[in-house]
Amino acid sequence: MRALKFLLRKEFIQIFRNKLILRAILVVPVVQLIVLPLAVNYEMRNINLSVVDLDRSEYSRRLINKITSTGYFRLTDFSESYQKALNVVEQDKADIIITIPQGFEHELVRENKSKIMIEANAISGQTAGLAVAYSNSIIRDFNNDIRLEWIQQPRMNAQPVIEIVSSNWFNPKMNYKYFFVPGILALLVTIVGFLLASLNIVKEKEAGTIEQLNVTPIKKHQFILGKLIPFWILGLVILSIGFVVSYIVYGIIPVGGYLLIYLFAAIYLIALLGFGLLTSTFAETQQQAMFISYFCMMIFILLGGLFAPIENMPDWAQALTYINPVSYFIEVMRMIVLKGSGFFDLLKHFGIIVLFAISFNALAIWNYKKTT
Amino acid sequence: MTNETVIKTEDLTKRFGDFTAVKKISFEVKRGEIFGFLGANGAGKTTAMKMLIGILKPTSGNAKIAGFDIYNQTEQIKKNIGYMSQKFSLYEDLTIMENVQLFAGIYGLSDDEIKQRSSELIHKLNLQNQADKLVESLPLGWKQKLAFSLAIIHNPRIVFLDEPTSGVDPITRRQFWNMIYEAASNGITVFVTTHYMDEAEYCNRITILVDGVIKALDSPAALKEKYNTSSIEDVFVLLARGAKRND
Repeated sequence: MRALKFLLRKEFIQIFRNKLILRAILVVPVVQLIVLPLAVNYEMRNINLSVVDLDRSEYSRRLINKITSTGYFRLTDFSESYQKALNVVEQDKADIIITIPQGFEHELVRENKSKIMIEANAISGQTAGLAVAYSNSIIRDFNNDIRLEWIQQPRMNAQPVIEIVSSNWFNPKMNYKYFFVPGILALLVTIVGFLLASLNIVKEKEAGTIEQLNVTPIKKHQFILGKLIPFWILGLVILSIGFVVSYIVYGIIPVGGYLLIYLFAAIYLIALLGFGLLTSTFAETQQQAMFISYFCMMIFILLGGLFAPIENMPDWAQALTYINPVSYFIEVMRMIVLKGSGFFDLLKHFGIIVLFAISFNALAIWNYKKTT
Repeated sequence: MTNETVIKTEDLTKRFGDFTAVKKISFEVKRGEIFGFLGANGAGKTTAMKMLIGILKPTSGNAKIAGFDIYNQTEQIKKNIGYMSQKFSLYEDLTIMENVQLFAGIYGLSDDEIKQRSSELIHKLNLQNQADKLVESLPLGWKQKLAFSLAIIHNPRIVFLDEPTSGVDPITRRQFWNMIYEAASNGITVFVTTHYMDEAEYCNRITILVDGVIKALDSPAALKEKYNTSSIEDVFVLLARGAKRND
């Protein structure tokens, strides 16, 4: 164990002497946490709306007013014919067309029902889906408004009406930042930790210093531990910086407390760094290591559930997320930060991440050969 | 020099696919001896040495280093040897002192020993003013002397030097050989590869390796007499002329 002490000291001296790495470790989390959540917005605002009002009546005007006053839509075009509105969409100046047919008001008043056509530009399915959903709910609202105006409420409700009122648990204001920031934080710790670890052993291979270590009586596990511990501490430091930033900028305090997050992060980092070191034992040059880690990171991140919900993925992709350590960390972060899940709720996650930690590190030690 | 054998190889062979880098080499080295390993580039010197220090598995044959088997006792071997590779391999981003402490610590020296040996080493190399400078700032000759001093900091039984003086100026080379003599007089066996023929003359015994095969093994004087030449260089040229791998 005495050898390990000297290896650790060496590793820390090298990290603190590398000014660029040190700055990157401090600056990257701060910048990413401030910029990314502001840029990536799951809510849709400013959907470009084209209206074809063929009725030009009191009610059609009220409907259009209601839609544009919500803030979700921006009236960019007011065409007199459907053809012209379509042209506007083709020029990409509008995302959605609402056509109010002639006789809209007449039918509404006389026959108690009328029709409106909504068409969305579905090049981006997500935008189209949201735009239609928003307009649907606004029109339903409009419908309720006029119904209240017309029908005198009977003393006894002749027709019972089931009204659905939703309340949003765990994120009552539907603030997407609360959802996004813990995920970004998980990602940050992952990227920085993994990259540093995967490049480290290869750097020694390139410099030839690893050969000098290989002819010493140093033990394989001592060598791997000597690499693991410094980056493990760095990872936890980055996580802490991240929590400070998310508290100051977004006011996020984990509902479930910091202790459980740190406990999970500690094990997660061992798993992640083990994987990074394993990559490092396979690669011969830093270039190769960069390429391998870039490849793995892309998959880990895109299948991690940060940007696209895992539930929406096809079955085969969902199966892949089970062997993706990043997806567990993102999920656990969200569960603890937003929902306040306790240790027993996360038993499965803890169990799996412990397995990852053991197997990745065992593989890294096994694949690190004290030979050339 | 004593009669104790510290290196003994029997038909040691290393093949990489179809290519036989080292072919059935057998020799013995006594304690305190300076044993020179000569050969052209690609003759198999480095491959042979890597097998002896336990970082390359031989294809066939046997060898014992300091009494330990090179197949399954490599970790014990590593406790008893020092090694200086062809490529400079100390940590350039650490200071001289930090490198000394690191390697002394890895070899299990106590804090008192580390303190004592490092101050001796710094003193001997005349690096008192440079001890806290980064190794990358040192000239090559000094780096090599430092690397050698570190290779023997734990008083190994054998030190392996792979072309330690290539690219070094003549004065530093002379100083380097003085350090080798001093180590040998302290009972450390020196196994050194080189392609400088003048250096071969400094060795107690030399081996000339041609295409992975030992062509000659004796003291420099005996070899010159046997081949009736005035210098080892002539012996070498005579023996290596038929080499296929020479470049």
